[in-house]
Amino acid sequence: MKAKVYVTLKSGVLDPQGQAVGRTLGKLGYEGVKGVRIGKFVEIELEVDDPKLAEEQVTKMCDELIANTVMENYRVEID
Amino acid sequence: MAHHFGVIRFPGSNCDDDALHIVDTVLADRGSTGEFLWHKETSLGQVDALVVPGGFSYGDYLRAGAMAAHAPIMEAVIAFAKSGGPVVGICNGFQILCEAGLLEGALTRNESLRFICKDIFCRIEGRPTPFSKSLPAGRHVGMPIAHAEGCYRHPDVERLEGESQVIFRYCDAEGGVTAEANPNGSINNIAGICNAAGNVVGLMPHPERACETVLGAGGVAGLALFESVLETLSSGATR
Repeated sequence: MKAKVYVTLKSGVLDPQGQAVGRTLGKLGYEGVKGVRIGKFVEIELEVDDPKLAEEQVTKMCDELIANTVMENYRVEID
Repeated sequence: MAHHFGVIRFPGSNCDDDALHIVDTVLADRGSTGEFLWHKETSLGQVDALVVPGGFSYGDYLRAGAMAAHAPIMEAVIAFAKSGGPVVGICNGFQILCEAGLLEGALTRNESLRFICKDIFCRIEGRPTPFSKSLPAGRHVGMPIAHAEGCYRHPDVERLEGESQVIFRYCDAEGGVTAEANPNGSINNIAGICNAAGNVVGLMPHPERACETVLGAGGVAGLALFESVLETLSSGATR
């Protein structure tokens, strides 16, 4: 199975990268960009073929390593 | 009395030699000795204090300090810290100790998105720790910083402040804590903190680069941090 993990900054955590990209989009003429937030996308290949077990495993991985829950949220999708 | 420091060495550490030089050579006449501890070790041997040095451990993959926080030696580091042993994390070491859960909060990209390498000032605050007790609270000292991810974040900074766990705060040359003196956007100008017990300290500035006049105008303020540990160990006040 494949797990897709989306790691995003919690609301309220400053994202200078997103702000810089937002400013550059403005310079390129894209008006109406209200905000940009940048996160990470992680794909994990798993041996298990039970989606529930896969989600359990990946959630544990996220808490332990893939996300820093002080400042990041994560969402897991199992394919 | 002799006191022995362990300096943890990860692949990508680059302030490890500087740190060992201070504890093993510069402070040798004060009875200080030191050795490197490779990240693959699982035992610390006989050390009295630990330095987690700066650098780019494991290439800072994923997040700064994230991989190093799970290195084989970290289990022994965590046990040492929990038993009250003095541990200081400098720059990447601070990031590693946060990722390992020994210190609260997290360090993220500098507000400017730039790598910042310059001399700054920071004010000593909070409770006396093994790494700051010989510096009176309220004094400010000069030290260099060199980092891209030094913007300190904490979900409940009021509690951290309330517990006097903020130990170093960025300030100007007069000791004033101002927005202009904050190099990286850290909340409340925080440059360094300690854990709830006070024996684990992390800071972004580099005290080990401010210990010898030959290294330039930065002065020798950093020496006081290492001398504090020697004094603490001599008084038997730690474990």
